[in-house]
Amino acid sequence: MATRVLDQHRAHAAAHGETSGLWSWITTVDHKRIGILYGSTAFFFFLLGGVEALLLRIQLGTPDNTFLSPERYNQLFTMHGTTMIFLAIMPLSAMFFNYMIPLLIGARDVAFPRLNAFSYWVFLLGGLFLNAGWFFGAAPDQGWFGYANLTSRQFSPGPNVDFWMFGLQILGIASLAAAVNFFVTIINLRAPGMTLMRMPMFVWMSFITQVLLLLAFPVITVALILLMFDRFFGTHFFVPSGGGDPILWQHLFWIFGHPEVYILILPAFGIISEVLPVFSRKPLFGYAAMVFSGVFIAFLGFGVWSHHMFSTAMGPIADTFFALSTMLIAVPTGVKIFNWIGTMWGGSLQFRTPMYFAVAFIAMFIIGGLSGVMHSSPPADLQQTDTYFVVAHFHYVLFGGSIFGLTAGAYYWWPKMFGRMLDERLGKIHFWLMLIGFNVTFFPMHWLGLNGMPRRVYTYPAGLGFELLNQLETVGSFLLALGFLVLLINMFQAWRRPRNAPADPWNGATLEWSIPSPPQEFNFPETPEVHGRDALWEMKRTRGPLPEPARVSGAGIHLPNPSYWPAVAALGVAAVFVGVMLLGHIGPWGIVAGVALLFFGVYRWAFEPAG
Amino acid sequence: MALRTAARRPLCLVTALCLLSLVLAGCSPEHYPQTTLLPRGDFARIADDLLDTTVRWALLVFVLVEGVLVYAIFRFRGKPGDPEPHQSHGNTTVEIVWTVIPALILAAIAVPTVRAIFQTNSFPKQGALTIQVVGHQWWWEFRYPEYSLTTANEIHVPVGRTVALRMGSNDVIHSFWVPQFAAKRDVFANRETRLWFKAEVEGEYPGQCAEFCGIQHGRMGYRIRAQKPAEFDAWVAHMQTLKPKGAPTASADSGVHTASQGATVQQPTSPQASQGNQYAAGEKLFTAKGCVACHALYAVNVPKGMIGPNLANVGARSYIAAGTLKNTDENLAHWIRDPQGIKKGVLMPNLGVSEPDSKTLAAFLRAHK
Repeated sequence: MATRVLDQHRAHAAAHGETSGLWSWITTVDHKRIGILYGSTAFFFFLLGGVEALLLRIQLGTPDNTFLSPERYNQLFTMHGTTMIFLAIMPLSAMFFNYMIPLLIGARDVAFPRLNAFSYWVFLLGGLFLNAGWFFGAAPDQGWFGYANLTSRQFSPGPNVDFWMFGLQILGIASLAAAVNFFVTIINLRAPGMTLMRMPMFVWMSFITQVLLLLAFPVITVALILLMFDRFFGTHFFVPSGGGDPILWQHLFWIFGHPEVYILILPAFGIISEVLPVFSRKPLFGYAAMVFSGVFIAFLGFGVWSHHMFSTAMGPIADTFFALSTMLIAVPTGVKIFNWIGTMWGGSLQFRTPMYFAVAFIAMFIIGGLSGVMHSSPPADLQQTDTYFVVAHFHYVLFGGSIFGLTAGAYYWWPKMFGRMLDERLGKIHFWLMLIGFNVTFFPMHWLGLNGMPRRVYTYPAGLGFELLNQLETVGSFLLALGFLVLLINMFQAWRRPRNAPADPWNGATLEWSIPSPPQEFNFPETPEVHGRDALWEMKRTRGPLPEPARVSGAGIHLPNPSYWPAVAALGVAAVFVGVMLLGHIGPWGIVAGVALLFFGVYRWAFEPAG
Repeated sequence: MALRTAARRPLCLVTALCLLSLVLAGCSPEHYPQTTLLPRGDFARIADDLLDTTVRWALLVFVLVEGVLVYAIFRFRGKPGDPEPHQSHGNTTVEIVWTVIPALILAAIAVPTVRAIFQTNSFPKQGALTIQVVGHQWWWEFRYPEYSLTTANEIHVPVGRTVALRMGSNDVIHSFWVPQFAAKRDVFANRETRLWFKAEVEGEYPGQCAEFCGIQHGRMGYRIRAQKPAEFDAWVAHMQTLKPKGAPTASADSGVHTASQGATVQQPTSPQASQGNQYAAGEKLFTAKGCVACHALYAVNVPKGMIGPNLANVGARSYIAAGTLKNTDENLAHWIRDPQGIKKGVLMPNLGVSEPDSKTLAAFLRAHK
């Protein structure tokens, strides 16, 4: 009885946006707050990964450097890659999925709000688990790709690989739960009139990303389970001395790993496709082509994995197949780039900060795409693979692409999320520092790679010619870091100012700009009706300029209750894996306790009144 | 004014890129001993030709597309009060054209690619010199079955004769990379991978492992010596004299070799009298300190599975510890005393060798040429 009263009280408080304090964040099931949780956690990990990168760059700034010990260097490059992929870019995309998808499709929340909270808490605990190795002096050190049989107990006896293996496993659970949620949300919760071919492009690209997550993550899950059996229970799936095959790991890893690349870039494609039309004052060019090229990229993304393995000698037939399928991917990717330029063509370009980042995204992504075509050719790739040329390539795609795209999205949607405008001047300083710093850091890597500098080396001897450009790259990386310092200052200043953002600061095309900034907890007082693509532009065209929307009471709007059971269940998930780690010390009791906590959390969650 | 500042910003970028290209111009491939851009062998040339083809197309696409983008940035820059631009949604003809053209360009890259894939995958059957390459954490073993020879960290190949590499690993995955003459192939513990090339230019070049293989992946270098056929034959003949102690005809062979070479190669089996004592002391230490458990001091018919690099001709190599240190008396003595300090995690333990002993051992080993 008492709980019911409490629930009602919370529901009432939530409906009026009165919730605050730590407890309200732990129990929240509001997609916008969960989005902010994802964003702030991911941004923290992004800065952490950035600091790791700076340490790596200091070490490589001079030949035969002893700034970092070899094992520390190996830990840092492993954690830099793993952090940026799983703890920064993916969850930064998840921030936009969470905050923006319901707003863009005119919904009140995601399909499963408590599952959404569960995803976040599992993600957070997975990120902490992955990084816990630092505190035991045993951070993962086998590379983000964890190639067998280096990961076997024989060659990696410490718990380093275990932190990585179980950390990824936990993060996979978060990703899968979130993917189911957004898949169902996009299919089922679109506002009346929003047909699939009227969805904003960001929603389309996010939708494709969820499909990729649902199909790709089970593969890495299986691979990690096999690895766990090898390391803990004496099997030999990947151990050649026991009849296993290390190449099996590479196939499993890259069947996941290549779609993962598109999981990292497609959300940025979507963001750019929102930003460019708004700041060109012109609809997206070739909407249908953009949708189908995205679908085509995702489909082909499952047929190119072995281009990561040309040096393993797969034979001429397999090499040919994977070379041609890889080249084929350049076609739909090219279509996207041309359509973005087509969107700008003939427009009236408004050069605000988001537009700067969006245009730079196109410029940088072209370079990453072209270097990708260069190593789609296996005989040429046999020289380039595992050199800094590849490091240059994927940073042009993941930094020049994903991070520039996500930064464009951050500047674009910041006013909506926090009700405060970011400073334009600081935004542009950030932009130029980032663009120049990025190119000074990563462009010379093409040259170093082609001239023989391998990847993942903790140092290089003097006399191989690598000194000068490495020094330049280190300088570039600090420029890049300075850029993000400016962003931090900008965010801090905005946070200190009172709310000043109007509902629609950019003359937006999509529904989120029709409601106050930041939106009220229920998003839309009334479910909007959609009559075409660019729903808000359509409304403005038929009804004339819209008045600033008022904040309304929202009484009577049903919203789900806050709940802490998702967080409890998430703790249970993490506890199970801690239990496996402690198997040798306390027997199976850790696992038993974790499973019990998980079941208890899920049980209470299942029978909790929904409000 | 607004326009002028707007124009100055891209200028900054242009200046930065110009500076960058100046830096690049100062770094021509000749300055990089490990470069892939100056192929000195047939396999590497196939890769380099393909690279040239793709780079040409890529540069063309880069200039065109980035040019159009930069043009659009300046041409369509909006001014306050501009009317709403034409609300175009697409253009089917244009979209078909820019789908087909990239496909054609890719076809132009795909045709030579497929040809090169089959060329590089064909393995020479006859007349090639077979060398077995074995990757170890963190050094390279080279075996010449044709001559029953084994050596480590320095591979000798003849110029003008195709070399067929049959490769494997003793532990984890490594990748054998010959940037100047061929390219790279991964090596595995449970399968044989192959690579071939014909060196065209003599010289000594560096190479190194290209697949992350543990803590000392960064210190897994090797040297490749491409020699004139006669020089290579002489090297083989000399190596064949380095037989296990007590094997028949060892000293006779080495005598013949020295005579034919006319070189001043110091013979470990016939040291100068003044150095004889030190040599014998080193030999004793080599056994007493346990070095002999992992290292062989002969090159002929060495059994497989030795834990440490073969040292039969260690004195003749340019580097020690797989490219870590230049081969000098001082460095070698230091290495013998403190391998863990120099190359942490290396399988060679610190054996508590005193400084004088390490010098004796270094002198003994460097006499093995």
